[in-house]
Amino acid sequence: MNESIQRNIRQYTMIAALLAIWLIFTVLTGGIFISPRNLSNLFLQSATIAILSIGLVLVVVSGNLDLSLGSVAGFVGAIVAVLQVNFQMDTVSSIAIALMVGALIGLWHGYWIAYRRVSALIVTLGSFMIFRGGVIGVTGGATIGPMEDSFKFLGQGFLPELLGPESEFKVTGMVLALTIVAVLVAFEVVNRSNRRAHGLKVSSVGALLGKLAALSLAAAVVFLPLGAYQGVPMAIVLVLALAAIFHFIAQDTTFGRRIFAIGGNKEAAALSGIDIKKHILVLYVMMGIMTAVAGIIFTARLNAATATAGNLFELDAIAAVVIGGSSLAGGVGTIAGALVGALVMSSLDNGMSLLDMDVTWQYVLKGLILLAAVWVDTATQKKTRF
Amino acid sequence: MAEHILEMKGISKDFPGVRALNGVTFQVVRGHCHGLVGENGAGKSTLMKILSGFYPHGTYEGDILVEGSVRHFRGIRDSEHAGIAIIFQELALAPNLSIAENIFLGNELAQNGVIDAAATHQKTQQILKEVGLDLDPETLVGGLGIGVRQLIEIAKALSKNADLLILDEPTAALTETETETLLTILNRLRNKGVTCIYISHKLNEIFRITDTVTILRDGQTIRTLPTKALDEAKVISFMVGREMNEMYPYRSRVPGKPMLEVKQWSVADPEIPGRLRLNRVDFTLHSNEILGISGLMGVGRTELAKSLIGAYGKVVSGELYLDGSLQRFETPRQAILAGLNYLPEDRKGSGLNLMMDIKENMTLASLDRVSSRGVLKKNLEIVESERYVQKLAIKTPSIEQKTGNLSGGNQQKVALAKWMLCSPRVLILDEPTRGIDVGAKFEIYNLMNDLVEAGLSVIMISSELPELLGVCNRILVMYEGRISAEFSHDEANQEKIMAAACLNPTEQQ
Repeated sequence: MNESIQRNIRQYTMIAALLAIWLIFTVLTGGIFISPRNLSNLFLQSATIAILSIGLVLVVVSGNLDLSLGSVAGFVGAIVAVLQVNFQMDTVSSIAIALMVGALIGLWHGYWIAYRRVSALIVTLGSFMIFRGGVIGVTGGATIGPMEDSFKFLGQGFLPELLGPESEFKVTGMVLALTIVAVLVAFEVVNRSNRRAHGLKVSSVGALLGKLAALSLAAAVVFLPLGAYQGVPMAIVLVLALAAIFHFIAQDTTFGRRIFAIGGNKEAAALSGIDIKKHILVLYVMMGIMTAVAGIIFTARLNAATATAGNLFELDAIAAVVIGGSSLAGGVGTIAGALVGALVMSSLDNGMSLLDMDVTWQYVLKGLILLAAVWVDTATQKKTRF
Repeated sequence: MAEHILEMKGISKDFPGVRALNGVTFQVVRGHCHGLVGENGAGKSTLMKILSGFYPHGTYEGDILVEGSVRHFRGIRDSEHAGIAIIFQELALAPNLSIAENIFLGNELAQNGVIDAAATHQKTQQILKEVGLDLDPETLVGGLGIGVRQLIEIAKALSKNADLLILDEPTAALTETETETLLTILNRLRNKGVTCIYISHKLNEIFRITDTVTILRDGQTIRTLPTKALDEAKVISFMVGREMNEMYPYRSRVPGKPMLEVKQWSVADPEIPGRLRLNRVDFTLHSNEILGISGLMGVGRTELAKSLIGAYGKVVSGELYLDGSLQRFETPRQAILAGLNYLPEDRKGSGLNLMMDIKENMTLASLDRVSSRGVLKKNLEIVESERYVQKLAIKTPSIEQKTGNLSGGNQQKVALAKWMLCSPRVLILDEPTRGIDVGAKFEIYNLMNDLVEAGLSVIMISSELPELLGVCNRILVMYEGRISAEFSHDEANQEKIMAAACLNPTEQQ
């Protein structure tokens, strides 16, 4: 118990930090920050970084990095836009091609990193430049849009309202939230009885209830404002679904376990018969696909592709993952943490924009927060080193 | 001028749980070449690290006297100023710099930070001549052979006006010709009045070059005698010395059919082009047998094991038969699936993932057994891990304990469980009892016996002769990448093994 608290302490710290940030912005903006409209926007804005962070967690856990996320997301977004606007391609085909392009770029990264032993930093720094050039080339420096309506829906649309479109208050979000909480409770109960059956320690009932209360509160914080505004955005549904899938991959599959093993001790992993090259290759293909998804959502939300789309997304995503408790040294990381980290980064963006803060200070502040987060990373690592 | 250039008096040094040195006395006469010998772990390296200031004053007990006066070294720089230069086993030259740059690294001939290239060049040429090298001082070190680099290290030490030169296993990576050159140079330096301490496992070199020999065992000085008063047999008996006791649960067995046959196994050295790390190794492991592999550090025992499972070097030639079928494993995975498993020597560095908990470590090599279609069956994983925690009596509050928090013995048991979960046919254990306490050692020996009874064949690589003699049914000895001798349990004793491990097989007869 003590150990699990220690392990999660940074995550709790970050949730506390997130709430503190929210409180500060609420006070400074005279309550505008916490309004349903703003929170709804905030969640929507965070979707792109959240998707990138979800994919990036396992890459960081494996002891690698990806600096090309923004350029690749922008490049894929530009391709989708060109396919739809210049070639009149339909939504499904253009998305399929975009995902394929993402996978191919991931394959390219994985090949150089795993099989040619070029450091991930250099390979993806190369791609950072290559695909920034690619974005400019594909868009010709211009803004390309508008997109198909069905495509736009992914970035701007909402889940259909159960009570009909005329309803004053949207219940879909509530239903979704309750379903999610119910599923998580069911998981927790099954897990507890399993652990008890195997004689493993289970947390106290008090701790369990506290956890469930926190969970319900989180669901309420996310879904109440959404319900009070326009409903549940498609992008948020997608983020949650992807987070669930990647959480499952990280925790419950041999692939995920092996990625953690590679990041924790490469030599031991190799001697345990793990094909490190293959796993790193697959990992980057997954990252490539996730980057493509992020690019699609971003383009859909803006309803256009631009030459600067995706600029510096990789840095936000890396910051989010690190803030969320992943260690750049490898072997440690959680999806849930990355989601919290992504929310921290988006909240800073959103709050500072609301305050009409000078863009200079926006960058400075975000930079300092990243520095603080990484410092916490190294400081806690030192303490837990055996 | 004191007769002894160096005196170390009553030196004791403790590491957590182990007393590495216990009242060692060590005196070196000016102008002598002084040999220092002892088994692995006898305390030679620790003693030299204290002398060099690597373990600073205050971390050990006893006194160091240089030229008759007590010195307190706080770091390597201090000992260098006192005229002591150590040349470590791992050479510390920068391959991307030239010979001249390396020799004066940290000691540059410079004025106001600007290097005097001409003086450096000239001085280097002069020093190189002293060690018998005729090379351009501008040559990059990276392209030079190990033997030459060794001589450059010595030149570097001379450039600092070292009076006392310490060489720790200088010939470990050298060919015979290079060794010859090195010994000649050392002889010449000695005649010029340079004092040196020569640490080596190779007794023939000790006898060729030294005037005096000190033998260490278990952290104590056993003897210091003139080399002339000794012979190899005497040195070996002093090195080994101890009596066997009942710490080992030996079981005699009738070996069955061959389980692992290795024929003419040669492997190239990945670091030194053109050199064979393993040279036509031949051996057979039978069913119902524990086979020991002895030999000094660095002779290729670990490399042999790793090359068999496809985790080391390029196999130049040779055949491997596992249970009668010809195999060549390209990756550890193939070896694991075929039933040839290897427990690595460095438990923390390559055996376990200390960030992961017990169950995650145990199942890491056999994840396919606790999963279906890539999804982990976590309940099965828990059941299996629990089973092994009980079977091996691993002391832990929970299978979710991080392995980094376990004691050495329990960590080793987790590592063993990892391989047992793979249901191997042949298990190679590399130093399975290193750094663990006597009780846990005994448990591991018993476990090895149980495994053999259950149908496995076991190879144990070990630097500890008593445990090899106490546990193994047969013992192989390696020397310089070759198998130099083989003994049955009954004919083996420490002297024979030591002799085979320290002496070039061609010189033994």
